[in-house]
This record gives sequence, C-alpha cells and structure tokens, in this order.
Amino acid sequence: MPIAKHFAQVSLVLALLPVAAGCAPASPATQPTTAPAADAKKTYADMTLCYPQLGAESDWRTANTASIKETAETLGIKQLVFSDAQQKQENQIAAVRACIQQGVSVIALPPVVEDGWDAVLTEAKNAGIPVIIVDRSVSSDPSLYASHIGSDMVLEGQKAAAEMNKLLPEGGAILELSGTTGSGAAVGRAEGFRADLNANITILDSQTGNFTRAEAKPVMEAFLKKYEGQFQGIFVHNDDMAIGAIEAIKAAGIQPGELKIVSVDGTRGGFQAMADGWIQADVECNPLLGPQVFEMALKLMNGEPIEKSVLTNETVYYPDDALELLPTRKY
Amino acid sequence: MTPHKLLARVRESRLFWPLTALAVILLFDAIFEPGFFKIGIIDDPVYGPHLYGNLIDVLNNGAPLMLVSIGMTLVIATGGVDLSVGAVIAISAAMGAVLINPALGDRLITNDILTADTTNTPLPLIILADLAAGTLCGLWNGFLVSRARIQPMVATLILMVAGRGIAQLITNGQIMTIYYTPYFWFGNGFILGLPVSIYIVAGVALLAWLLVRKTALGLFIESTGVNARAAYYAGLDERNIKLLAYTFCGFTGAIAGLILSSYVHSSDANNIGANYELDAILAVVMGGTLMSGGRFSIVASIIGAIVIWAFTITMYTFGVPADALTAAKAVLVLLVILLYSEFSQRLLGRWGLRKGQRHDPAH
Repeated sequence: MPIAKHFAQVSLVLALLPVAAGCAPASPATQPTTAPAADAKKTYADMTLCYPQLGAESDWRTANTASIKETAETLGIKQLVFSDAQQKQENQIAAVRACIQQGVSVIALPPVVEDGWDAVLTEAKNAGIPVIIVDRSVSSDPSLYASHIGSDMVLEGQKAAAEMNKLLPEGGAILELSGTTGSGAAVGRAEGFRADLNANITILDSQTGNFTRAEAKPVMEAFLKKYEGQFQGIFVHNDDMAIGAIEAIKAAGIQPGELKIVSVDGTRGGFQAMADGWIQADVECNPLLGPQVFEMALKLMNGEPIEKSVLTNETVYYPDDALELLPTRKY
Repeated sequence: MTPHKLLARVRESRLFWPLTALAVILLFDAIFEPGFFKIGIIDDPVYGPHLYGNLIDVLNNGAPLMLVSIGMTLVIATGGVDLSVGAVIAISAAMGAVLINPALGDRLITNDILTADTTNTPLPLIILADLAAGTLCGLWNGFLVSRARIQPMVATLILMVAGRGIAQLITNGQIMTIYYTPYFWFGNGFILGLPVSIYIVAGVALLAWLLVRKTALGLFIESTGVNARAAYYAGLDERNIKLLAYTFCGFTGAIAGLILSSYVHSSDANNIGANYELDAILAVVMGGTLMSGGRFSIVASIIGAIVIWAFTITMYTFGVPADALTAAKAVLVLLVILLYSEFSQRLLGRWGLRKGQRHDPAH
C-alpha cells in the first residue's frame, strides 16, 4: 500500500528528527545558573512561539513551514502559534498583533516585504516580546528586533552572477525573472546579481513572476516571443519560477542547455530540473531554519546574549551532483 | 426601420463591442509590436508539431477563463452572480494533485517518491473526481440560492471564502507539485496543432449552446433573470433553473481547475485561479450581458474572456509588471463599460437615428 509506505517513511523521519535537532539547543541543564533568583531557567516547555508564515508560494516555503512545525513538535514547546498570511503584508501584521495580544514568548517573523514593519515591531518591543526576523530582511531600525536569521540575499545574487559569468564567458544577453516586488529576497538578489555580473552580459529585460509558477510561465511565454533568439541565459530568483519558465521554454521547442539558466533555492523540483539539464547552476537558500529559530528563541527568553545577524551556510549546486543528491533532498 | 432590421442590428451589436475591444488591442499590437502576430510551427517531442505564437498563448492561457465565463454567463443571466468560481478552481486542482500523489506535502521527506512520474489514481478517475468536486460546489451554491433563498452574492461569498480553505485542507496547506506527465496534456497538449484546452472550451460551449438554444432552457433562464416571480406565475420552476445554472457554473470551474493545475504542474490553493471570479464577471459584462439578468450571449462572453487575455499578454509583451497589470486592466474595463453606458448608448443612438433618417427617408 503506497499510503502506508508514506506513513512509515514519515514516522521514520520523525523518529530520527530528535537526534538531528538534538545538537541545536544549548542544553539548559549543563549551563551554570548565574542568578539563582526566583525565576527558574526557562525551557522549551515554557515557550509559546508565534510564527506568522508569509504564505505558501513555493516548495521552499513548504519546507520552511515543515521545518518550523516539526522542530516545534520535536522540542515539545508549549505552543506554536502558526498562521498563513497568503502573501499579504496586512495579514501578517494582523497576525503579529494577535500574537502580541496573546502575549507569546517570542515572535519569529518571515516578512513578506522589506518595508512597513516599524509600527508593529515597535508595538512588540513595547510589549516586551522579542522578535526574530527570519529568512527575508526588513528595512526597519535594527533596535526594533532582536536578531535576523536567514540568508544573505545580496550574496546569493552575487553567487548567481558568478555562475552566469562562468556560463557565458563570451558575454551575451540575458533575461531576469524576479521575485515579489519589494521583497527582501527579490531586492537583494537583483542588487547582488547586477553588482557582480560581467560588463559584457546585458540584462535585456526583467519582470516579476511573484515567486510562483503560475505567474512566471505566461511572463516567460511573452519573453520568448518578444526576444526570440536574442538571449542566451536567464536568471530566475527561485526554483518554482524556474520550473514555470522551463515549461514555457520546452513548449518553444528549445532543448535543455541551449539557454543557460541560473536559479536560487535548491529545492527538489530545482534538482530535478538540473538533472534533466535545464538549470545549469542552483544557488542554495536553506529553508530548514527551525532548529536555529527555536534555539535563539530560548536564549532570548532567558536573556542570554545573541548575535544580531545569523547567516545560514549555503552553497551552489551543479547538474553533476543533482542526480546523486536528489534522493536526499528534504524539500 | 422594420422590427426585423432592428432586431438584426441589436443581434449584431451583441458581438460588436467585445469584438471592437479585441480589434483595438490587436491593432495596438500591430502598430507597436508587429512581432506579436508571428505564428510558427514547433515540433514538440511529446505533443508533436503544433502552432506557436502569442495568439496561441492567448487561446491556451485564456481557456480556463473562457470556461468559467460560460458558466458565469448562465448564472448572471438568471439575475445572480457566482463569486466562488476561483475557489472552485482551487478545490478541483487540489483534488487532482492529491489523487495523483497523496504524499504529505507538509513533511520533510527524503525520497524520490514525490518527483516520480506516477499516479495513485487512474487518470479517468482523477478527472471524474475533479469534475464531481466542482459540480458539487456548484450544486451547493445553487441550493443556497434557489432553496435557502439567500442572495446570490452572499450565498456564493460563503464558498468563495471557505473554498480556498477547503482546498488548503485537501493539500495540507501546501503547494503540491505534480510530476505525472499524462496529466499535463490538458493544459499543455495539442490536437492538430491547436491547444487541447481550446477543444475543451469548444466542447463545453457547444454543450451550453445546445442546451440553451436548441431547447427552451435559454428562454427559461432569461425569463427567470428578467422577472423570477413572473416566470414562476407563468408556470416555470425558476428554482430548478437557478439550481441548474449554478451547478453548471461549478462544473465549468472544475474543468478550469483541471486545465490550470495541468498548465502549471501544481496545485497552489492560495493562488490558483485567483481573481477568476472577477475576471469572469468582467468577461460576461464585456460580452454585453447585464448584471441584472435577462438576455445573454455565451459567444460574446467567450470573446470577452479572449479580450482580457489578449490584453494581459499584450501587457506582458510590453513589459508591464504583473502588479501594475490590474490597474491597466481597470482602464480597459472602464472603457468597455463606458461604451455600454446609457450615456454613450444615447450618443450612439442619436448618431444611428440621424444616419437612419438619412438612409430611410420614409420616416
């Protein structure tokens, strides 16, 4: 029975998770208690963490959600207040406000866009609830939040540019499918990419695909007709849009490898596309931030010092590794 | 002017305005982007040789909207409206994705089962389940409107809000990617060089046309829309007419969901078919069917849907970002609606009268 098999696999993964996550938290028992006050050291059992997820726009986000939920389950925290903002900032702000009202211990916020967070972050600060910015960045004053855990989007753009430079040593013209307008990921990746792109490569056109397949595909279809034969490469801000674009490219009768595609994420779908020869380089952006988020949240609850910015360690994947690594991809 | 001539003129004007809008958009393309009309032939390794070009994209991308517009036309003709078609699309797509691969989307699983080109349910069953789910949604709407006597906008608002939630429950709140290749045929395949989706539209349109024009059903729908009570006193069971219209609308939404999820190879409960209810209403209104119900034209609504997609693809070609597209679309809608307004109709009527007098001295 296939379904039974899935459950078996899921439970196996779940059973292994505590082992994997065990390295993440600093075990409270071994640490010397400097202040033997009435307040005992808080543990995960006391933690109520608010995670207003920005939506479910891509496989990356799916993995991010799964990581948060599974880590919460594994660590046995008191409550995970999880919500889905459907890619709308007003929903996220409303969710954060609700969490402040509820009096959660820590808010971990993956902001859908960079701007417009000052008011709600100030409210959280006034309420004494620390906020961890997760994944994408915010433009607010750093004093308003405790820390930022996530990827350096500019660096990802730079890595992508380096790959494109390698793929088109003679130079050429490329197109760009960018992410949600105004999101930290789209802004940073576009900026880093332009900073490091060779002068002999020109960006013919750039348009947003909102990080989704459904929007990227028709945009790519129109691009293919407008710039027929005029471009040699495409920089795509995430794997889901790359997959949508590849569908359009296939329909145009273009063979894998004819266009050099550089994408960001490293999701399962992206690996499949690499194995099939469509994507030439995939800059990793790690969504499995759960363990880091909860470890930091606990430190914040106990007033321990934390770093203002924690970057995840990321690499670049190539088609050669794709087939081998595909079965090990968790997302 | 004889009544017959007058009737002919009105009948002509049914398709006249949407066709004019389409012509204006295409003329704009012809002037500023002549390459827009280029149609080539591509030999696809999977689907064989087929036509390739912006105009084909307009048809293929517009097919789901054309389908829901057909259903929406009948609903609006009964004097109602269906705000839930976008949600129905999401439910239908979610059903398809889950039946193909029920692997839990919100778990981190390290194996390749998720990317395997297999299905857990035979394709005909998937199609049946999709259609059944959508039709059931339509039936629910129809029941609320015709039996529970809830105002159409409120009744369908319920499913509009709940539908995406139901779709998220089906897919565990996550985007489900489909890797089962035969499923892709509906949104990407070709028959005799033309997109499969367009044949589906033709089939559904033909079915609807036969139903409303070759039987008295069309007349029943119109009389229900014009005056439901009068229709009832005339011996028509207007409740069943409404029930049928909403059910059919759900059915068209289900097919649209099947095509859309096939087109993007995934089911995304939040975004798939987003704003389709509004676009479908626009298409119907552009086709000249009044929101107050009554006379309708299925073909005009389909042309209205084509206008919307010709416009969208034109905007993509000109590099207008997707975010600004809605604003541009609003301008288009405003222009078309203004053409239908009493004000411009009066202007045109005066013009036509003068012309008529000139040509017909008998008056």
